[in-house]
Amino acid sequence: MSAVTTLEPAAPPPPAFRRRSKLERTLSNAAFWRGLVGLLAFLLIWQAGGFLHTSLGLEVPFFSKLPAPTAVAGAASEVVVQSGYWMSWVESVKRVMAGFLIAQLIGIPFGLALAVNRYFRDIFFPPFEILRPIPPLAWVPAALIFWPTNEMSIIFVTFLGAFFTIVINVLGGARTIDVRYLRAAQSMGANQWHLFSRIILPGTLPSIFTGAAVGMGITWNVVLAAEMVSGGGSQSGGGLGFFIWSSYMGGSMEHIIVGMISIGIAGYLSSALIRVIGERVMPWRRAF
Amino acid sequence: MQSHLNPAGAAPSKGAISIRNVTKVYDPDGAQVMAVDNCSMEIAPGEVCMIVGPSGCGKTTLLNAIAGFHSITGGEILLDGVPLCGAKKPLADQGSDRIVVFQNGALFPWKTLAENVAYGPMVQGRWPKAECIERARTALQEAGLGAVADKYPGEVSSGMARRAEIVRALINEPKVLLLDEPYRAMDALTKQIMHEALLEMYDRTKVTIYFITHDLEEAIFLGDRVYVMTTRPCRVKKVIDINLPRPRDYHTLTSEAFRLLVQEADEAVHEEAIKAFQAGEREMA
Repeated sequence: MSAVTTLEPAAPPPPAFRRRSKLERTLSNAAFWRGLVGLLAFLLIWQAGGFLHTSLGLEVPFFSKLPAPTAVAGAASEVVVQSGYWMSWVESVKRVMAGFLIAQLIGIPFGLALAVNRYFRDIFFPPFEILRPIPPLAWVPAALIFWPTNEMSIIFVTFLGAFFTIVINVLGGARTIDVRYLRAAQSMGANQWHLFSRIILPGTLPSIFTGAAVGMGITWNVVLAAEMVSGGGSQSGGGLGFFIWSSYMGGSMEHIIVGMISIGIAGYLSSALIRVIGERVMPWRRAF
Repeated sequence: MQSHLNPAGAAPSKGAISIRNVTKVYDPDGAQVMAVDNCSMEIAPGEVCMIVGPSGCGKTTLLNAIAGFHSITGGEILLDGVPLCGAKKPLADQGSDRIVVFQNGALFPWKTLAENVAYGPMVQGRWPKAECIERARTALQEAGLGAVADKYPGEVSSGMARRAEIVRALINEPKVLLLDEPYRAMDALTKQIMHEALLEMYDRTKVTIYFITHDLEEAIFLGDRVYVMTTRPCRVKKVIDINLPRPRDYHTLTSEAFRLLVQEADEAVHEEAIKAFQAGEREMA
């Protein structure tokens, strides 16, 4: 026993330093400052390119047509006080969330069923594999005809964008769970339900979140394009895609860029949300 | 054989394994690879049975047959006189009376060590959930792992993880513990500590152990009996009884008796290793 007890880790020594706040830690992190420098350099080059054109009359490719960041910031400050701009956010987020959540609700059980049941896989995988390569946007015309409202069509196309990615990730994740875990569980007396709920499901969670992160990116792609195609016209206008499209129609490059940056921020926030949920749901992954 | 295992004269726990003329042919309709050929062993209850042989000789095939992971194509395997698998039923049922500790470890990464240990009793419904966790904690404590009971496997060293895995197996009170090279790829010092921890747990439980290894010294240090296997197809080449007194500790490793046993086993194993190596080279060419 003596040899064993010596391995017992000693109590951690009291921390020698005061634990610093998150802000303090961020400010003393070199990577944070490098990131800031990169961002500022990007804006500076952009501004300089515009300056060459407007003040010196030089024709710089691409920059000549690009409004300077200060002009974009000016446009943004006008836009953010308008409720229409925020309505565009609400519209797009609603569509992304609807399509994304429906895709999760259907995609995860479908992927798991494909993974655990051979008959189900034999029957449903071939049609799935034929539909999967069709780009979501190719569905837009058919969706517009098929669904009664534009809103439903957009959500349907958004759903498709995430659905295939989610299913493929869940299927791959569940099928590659190490057989040792399944064997260990079975030899300890796990029945089929325990095997599914305590081994296959948690073992697939990392893939579910990978699928969610990738799927979320695709839904933003798809919703924007769908809004441009369908939302320009009648009942269901709005959304950030339509915001960009109408800015283009109105000939305002500044507003186009404000719309683009808004989408960048929206995409960033959605992936951050998924990451935070993932860390909550999979505490064991924090060790890595 | 039993005298030194149960000095107190307690009744030995059950767990006799009889392996009788077992044959395993992979892909019987095609390539017909013979992994195990007419292999027989009698393992007494509470015996530590060490299986030594070259890589890919079919040792694990035999373990998989006992555990119920793979079927056999001939012969039979009995546990305490009850057939596990044989001519009528080539694949044994899996059961918590025979628990495997795998080569690379199979603690569930998504459960803490305590939850891992509690898993078996919980799915078997042996005790209420809270009691399962409580008992798991106690068992980890006894194995010197109390401080890391609430850590995930990814957060502890491989040595601790492997010990926790043996605790997870033993809490099910199996008749047989099946270990498939559990300490492979561990450094010599960690291995030493693992051995002493395993012997300590063995002295408490007296469970029958079927232990596969490449490491001759490990086999002799831990075992009551060492089976040296031939290269594929797997047959018993030599049986060496290890009459070193228990409890054993690292002093045993330097004794003259230990050295002589290693020498004896080494000759048998060396011959097979060369055969296996040449066979491997032929396959490569």
